[in-house]
Formats: sequence, C-alpha cells, structure tokens
Amino acid sequence: MSARREPEVDLALAREHGLSDGEYAEILTILGRTPSFSELGIFSVMWSEHCSYKSSKKYLKRLPTEGPCVLQGPGENAGAVSIGDGLAVVFKIESHNHPSFIEPVQGAATGVGGILRDIFTMGARPVASLDSLRFGPLEDPKHRHLLRGVVHGVGGYGNAVGVATVGGETTFHECYRGNILVNAFNLGVVEQNRIFKARATGLGNPVIYAGSRTGRDGIHGASLLASAEFDDSSSAKRPTVQVGDPFTEKCLIEACLEVMSGDAVVGIQDMGAAGLTCSSFEMASHAGTGIELDLDLVPQRESNMTPYELLLSESQERMLLVAQAGREDEVLSVYRRWGLEAVVVGRVTDDGRMRVRWHGEKVVDIPVDPVARLSPELDRPTREPADWLERQKLDPSALAPESDWNEALARLLDSPNLGSKAWLYRQYDQLVQGDTLIGPGGDAALVRIKRMDGTPTRKAVALSVDCNPRWCWLDPYAGTLAAVAEAVRNVACTGARPLALTNCLNFGNPERPEIMWEFAEATRGLGDAASELGTPVVSGNVSLYNETSGRAIYPTPTVAAVGLLDDYARHAVAHFRAAGRTVVLLGENREELGGSTWLAERHGIEAGRPPAVDLAHERRLAALLAEGVAAGSIESAHDISDGGLAVALAECCFTGPAQIGAEIELADAIRADALLFGETTGRVICASADADRLLALAARLGVPARRIGTTGGERLRIAPRAAEPWIDAPVASLREIWARAIPRRLEEP
Amino acid sequence: MFSVIQLPGSNDDRDLRFALKSVLGCAAELVWHEQASLPSDTRAVLIPGGFSYGDYLRCGAMAAYAPVMAAVRRFADAGGPVLGICNGFQVLCETGLLPGALVRNQGLNFICDFVHVRVERSAPPFTSRARAGSTLRLPIKHGEGAYFARPDELATLEREGRVLLRYCDARGEVTPEANPNGALANVAGVCNARGNVFGLMPHPEHAVDALFGGEDGKAILGSLVDAVRGGAR
Repeated sequence: MSARREPEVDLALAREHGLSDGEYAEILTILGRTPSFSELGIFSVMWSEHCSYKSSKKYLKRLPTEGPCVLQGPGENAGAVSIGDGLAVVFKIESHNHPSFIEPVQGAATGVGGILRDIFTMGARPVASLDSLRFGPLEDPKHRHLLRGVVHGVGGYGNAVGVATVGGETTFHECYRGNILVNAFNLGVVEQNRIFKARATGLGNPVIYAGSRTGRDGIHGASLLASAEFDDSSSAKRPTVQVGDPFTEKCLIEACLEVMSGDAVVGIQDMGAAGLTCSSFEMASHAGTGIELDLDLVPQRESNMTPYELLLSESQERMLLVAQAGREDEVLSVYRRWGLEAVVVGRVTDDGRMRVRWHGEKVVDIPVDPVARLSPELDRPTREPADWLERQKLDPSALAPESDWNEALARLLDSPNLGSKAWLYRQYDQLVQGDTLIGPGGDAALVRIKRMDGTPTRKAVALSVDCNPRWCWLDPYAGTLAAVAEAVRNVACTGARPLALTNCLNFGNPERPEIMWEFAEATRGLGDAASELGTPVVSGNVSLYNETSGRAIYPTPTVAAVGLLDDYARHAVAHFRAAGRTVVLLGENREELGGSTWLAERHGIEAGRPPAVDLAHERRLAALLAEGVAAGSIESAHDISDGGLAVALAECCFTGPAQIGAEIELADAIRADALLFGETTGRVICASADADRLLALAARLGVPARRIGTTGGERLRIAPRAAEPWIDAPVASLREIWARAIPRRLEEP
Repeated sequence: MFSVIQLPGSNDDRDLRFALKSVLGCAAELVWHEQASLPSDTRAVLIPGGFSYGDYLRCGAMAAYAPVMAAVRRFADAGGPVLGICNGFQVLCETGLLPGALVRNQGLNFICDFVHVRVERSAPPFTSRARAGSTLRLPIKHGEGAYFARPDELATLEREGRVLLRYCDARGEVTPEANPNGALANVAGVCNARGNVFGLMPHPEHAVDALFGGEDGKAILGSLVDAVRGGAR
C-alpha cells in the first residue's frame, strides 16, 4: 500500500509486537491481505492485554454492575452513579504500576493525569483523588527512592491541576520488591443530564484533536510495557514511559468542561493507552460509525514522525472530540482561549471503517469493529497453587509467648505499614476546591458536593480504598471479600450509605495457571461481596504481568468504595473527639490470628486462614452506622483492621487534633494476642455520648454491641476484667512512635 | 466588587470567589488574565493560589507579565487594595509590588498542613478584624513558600511594621520549630510601604467555615470586606 521504506510485515514482526500466531492469522483473515506496518501496530495495541482485557474479560463479565443508582457501568471511561437532585458522581481507579517502577516521578504523575482525563472526559469536574501505593521494604534504598519519587509525582501533578488528594493507602511488603503498585483513583461531579460519552456520531461531523502535541513518547507503553513481565532489561523500556505536563492538563480540564457546558460537542474521548488509535477506534465502535483521519493535520512535537508513531504515541494531555458540523469554531475557540492547540483532523463516516491518510497516502484502511470489539477473549488455564493449603496452616500454640504487651503495641505502631502516612499526604494538596470535610488519615475521606456552577449542596461523598494483599495471597477469594467489606465499612464509618465500587485488579503473569486461579478466585470474591452488600462494580481496571523474573506480587485486588451522606454536617470522624464518652464495640471479638499483621511483624509468620467475613453482618453494621450517625448517637467510628483492636484504639486516641486517652476493659475468653491484635472483620469502635440509645439501636438492627470503656485522660489502658492491664501507655508516646515510623526510615542513608 | 484574577493555572480562584460570595456575602467575579483592564466597579483585587502558567520558570515569573497585571499595578498605584495569596504572593513579589521573594521550602518538599500565624499588626485593609498579637490557624500548601529578602529589605520591613503575619506555635510564640518552610524571621505575610498591597502564604479562603478548616481566615478576608464597605474599624 505504501512505497515508503517500512519494515516488511510478517509473522516474526507480529510476534515482536506481542501478537500470538493465532492472532496474526486472525488479522490476515479480517483484512484479506497482509497488514501495513501501521495497521500491525494498531492491532498489536488494541489487542494487547492492557487494552483488550483478553485474559480477564471472561471473569469481569460476571461482576454485578447494575443497581438503582447506576447511571453508567463499565464500558465507558468511568462509572457514573446518581446521588440525587439531578447530580451524579463519576469515578474510577486505574493502575500505573509498570511505568512507576521504571521512572517513579513521571510514572506516578501520568497515572494521576490519566485517571483525571477519564473523569473529565465524562463531563465531570474532578474533585477528589485517592491513591493506593505498594512498595518493597523501606530498608531497601531503591524502594526509599521509589517512594520519594512516586509521592513527588502524585503530588506534583495533583497539586498543580488543583484536585485535592484526600486519602489512600500505602503498604510495604517484600512481594513488591520487583514490581511496585501505583493505583490512582479520582471522582468527579456532573449534572446527570450532562454526562458525555465516547461516541463518534453524525455523518460528516468533524473530529477534533485538542491539547498537547504528539511526540514520540510512550509508544507501546500499554502494549509492551504493561503487557509483559519485567526482567533484567526492563530499564531499556524507559522511553516507553510518558512525561506529564500538569499545566496543560489543568487548562485542558477547564477548556473541556467549558465546551461541554454547551451543546456543540457530541462525543469526546481522551487519548490514553494507545493514543490516537484507541480513542478513535473506541469512538467509532461505540457509535457504529467510521472515521477518516488525516495525520498531516495532527499537531506534532517532533519532525519526521511516521504514521506508525503518530498513531501509537501515548503523549499525554490530548483529547479527541466530535463536534456538530458547522460548530467547529465554537469548540476550537474555547481551547485557543486556554492557550491550547485544537484542530480538525478528520470526519465521521458511515461505513464502519477507519481510514488514515498521511502525506496523501492511505496508510490504514481497516474495519473498526473487528479491531475494537472482536478482540481475542482467552480462557487461560487455572490451577490451584501447589502450596496453597500449606500457606493456610497455622498452629498458634507454637508461637513464642508474649512477655510485654506495651512493647508489642509499640513495635506494631512503629511498622511502616501501621505507622502514620502523614509524610506522604503532607505533600499533597488536600484542600483545594474547599470541600474536604475529612482528609487523609481517617477511615474514609469525606468531601462536600457542589453543583457544577459552584453552588454548595448538603451532600457529601465518602471514599475509601482498601486491600489486604497478605490475606489475598493466603486465600484470594476470602481476601477479596474482606477488601470489599473493609472499603464499604470504612465509608459507612462516616455515616455515609455505601453506593458502589470501583476496582483495580493487580496480579502477576496470567500465562501462569496459578496466577489465573488467583484472578478467578479474587473476581469471584469481588462479585459475591458486591452483590451481597448491594454495591455494584461500576468501573475498573486490570493490571497483569506484575511479575519480575518469575516472581509475582501477592494478588492485590484494590477496591475503592463510594458512599453518600445526605447532610454533611452530620458525620462521624475516626478519632475520639471528647473525654467522658462511652466506648462501644460493634461486632464480636473472635480468636482469629491467621494472616494478621501481628504474626507478620512480631513473629515473622505469614500463614493461616484470613479472618472470616460475614457479609450479612457487614450490611447490618453499615445500616447501624448510618442511622447512629444521623441520630447523633455515634460521635466517632473507627474500623478495626490492620493491627487489630489495640492498634485501632490507639489510633482513636491520637489521630485527632487533641490527644484523648481511654480506659478499656475486655472480658472475652480468647487468647490475649488474638484479642489485642487479631484482625477479625466486621468490628468498629464507636465513641458515644448516648450509649444507651446506640445499644438499643444496635439490638434493633441485630448488630452485637457492648460497652468496653470510656474516653479521657492521657493514657491508653487496655485491661482484662479485674486484672493488671496488658497495655498502659501515655498516648503522647504511642503517637510519637507511630508518627516517626516512616520518617525515621527515610532518614537512613 | 471584588475582582479575583484568573491566570491559567490558578487553582484557588473559584474557592476565593466562593469564600467572598457565599460565605462573606460580597460581589466577586473572576477576571481573565488577558484583560487589559479591571472591571470599572473593582474595589479590591485578589490574586489566588495555584501554579500560574505551570510555574515552570520561577513561581509567579510568567504571571507578572500577564496583560491584566499592568491594570493591577495601576490599581495598586492608585491606592486600591490588592491581596495575593500563595501563588498570588509570589506573583506580587515578581511584579515588584512587594519586596523579597519566595524560595523553595527548607525541607524541599511541598507542604500541606495547618499552621499558626501571629498577627503582628492590626490595621485596615487586611488585618483590622484581628487583634495584634493574636494567633490564627490557617492552612498552607506550597513547595516554594520560604520568604526571603535582602538584610536591608528585611530590616526596612521590620522597622516599618510591614511584616503582618509570622509563623508561630499554638500559643503564639514565634519559634524556629513553628517555622514550616524556613522563611526568614518566620515571615508568613508582608505588605508594601503604603499598606495597600499584601501577600501571604497561608490560605484564608480555605478557613472560612468551621467544618472546612475553621473560620480564622475570615479575620483576613473579612478585614478586606470591611475596608471595601467603608466600615474599617
């Protein structure tokens, strides 16, 4: 088709592009000829694991995605959920794992940029970000460097675009030494009748390119970097990492929201993974149309770019729009006012084909649907890991007895996994847009909702992101149930009603049956928990090949939950607010040590069965929290998770503006280590000024609840009935240990 | 009318307008950076926080040359009140309307946190609602907020009582530990010789509601409102 000197396309070249022999044969059938070099590039990115979800599709189809509040489920850039009064929230979480390991600052920054574009592409103003970060041990200087770089990237981008980072989670584990995880979440607000979709409708309508120029960066970022495991040569892939420009993104957000406030735009899509190719194919495919593009019109950052490069570049901060014919200038002028380039690069056609011209030559002419929709779906083999049952074996009677419970608590608070994350989030603007009711450091973040015109409402959304990878490794099904339960419980702790979920499924190499088994089990857990808790999965992302030289990460199905509070003034916080309050425990203490932080940190053991999850109880608990907070009988509510009851109580005492002690008495007849540090699910510590009413409400809703103590003083005392306390320590000194956990490790040379 | 300058990359522009309009009940509008003149009914100019033009060169350096800044300068020269917050403070230093500069935080990291500042002087149009010596709890969020001035400039500022805010601890003591960014003499905000141009790093617009960061920011913004309404005390 072309006389230019481009590589001859054959099976060998197709293999280099990550295509299988079967996939290449399929391409020959679809086209009825050998593809051009550009066409081969298109197929390779569109059918890559990252873009096509070919390994995961089978399982994702089984997730519950519908519910009364769902306006848009998976399939668009992000999910959308009604919050009433004509408003919707749009949200999604997405990974940027591979690029962040190769180049932490830009990898993390462009992760934030990418998720923001997914949100404002839908017409929503991005208002709140979360991030879920996983690193190797901080004793490793490389991981201290990665932590610094990722935080710098997340903050540098998020702060400059003016979107608050209001929460997240950060853990450190040996399994992430070869592959860190950077999962970025964003939520935006939009009027329900103003949600935009990626549709190239209307024969003859202009296709508009807006934003940054196209360069040679990020070519094959999605298909080669994120769709294969790492090995010793991975740093050679650095050129596939994109570079972010938050200033352009900020202007792009404002310009896009401005053009979308009118009716000249009919469809819009950001250029993310696989750039111009993916966005134009998706827009045409969703609308059942075709597109004609002229690459000579595409704004270019470098000279002599080939069609292959122009089509596959993943340069950041670019959007593709379809406008009503004759109204191009309205759209273009808005972008220009914001100092951005915007040009018409093509037209919508009606023949279902993608035609691309360059220097007057036709370089691509392929049918849209086979590329976009008929991408391969694999049914990869699954196999239970040989050591799976071995992992779950645990004999608590063989554990060395604990001699000093105060010291034990101090050691847990000093672990980077349980210690304060303020070193990270102090580097993030948590306040911009002025709606942060609860920022980082609590169970869930809480953000007031304003309408698109800036008018405040009484509503707020609660956000939390969670996953315990150790539990998922011990039992991916049970671990994922627990991740959903915890995210939902955290949201409920503010008093909000849980609405819906998004998720980022981070796993190893799917070509290994054991990894695929983990994936199958985890998605089964995600589906079961989402159904039972009435929180559909409205968006998500899959990141596979988080594996280096055959060593995979622990399965890490990160779950983010979003909840709604009708009156933001009535909310609970995680920390104790005042002395003299009754401390009430919701849920029951059970003897469950399996998979606990206690075992891992104090005994160096990762084994056992993760704590059981009772979804019916979680549902009642969420209802109790919502009702108790609304009625004013719950002043603070804190979920018991990593580190168990003793760590959760310590956090209640010292994470607020004032440090408030507590006297706690526990009469449970179970092992002291399990009682203090076991991680039994379904438990919340409340402080109440009206405990009788709270206990009556709990009894009515069928949630076990009892008084365990009172707040006040400067010490945290936890004692068995009528005996010497296990724990008796000044809150201030516990806080100091907890606050220094991460900074003191970063000060090491 | 309060004119809030909207530079490309301004982030707190709408928050500032919200604080003025919805909380303090004043007329406030955004004024686009390419405008050569301010709206004729402008009684005060506010330059918001953010990353104007990306701050890729030096914070506020590009913004100093925005067309609207010539109008802001004329407004200031005529005695009109001009308040620069965070990036706005940086812009005012870059335009020469305020002395000194804001350099990289001592710890090199961006800091978002609540700090205390001591009000050194109570005077219209920016601090009349606060008692001299009182402390305010306000948020900061910046990477380049360490105030720097030549020794002679700083001596002049001190002598003329132009340091209006200083970082302090919760009890109002100005100590090195209470200095979040390494600012010279714990300076958090300074005004010009005439007293009508004021720049500060903390964000009063993010502290105008008890549930969203407290209400101490009203001491600053409210003072300006009083001055504009002619009710300066």
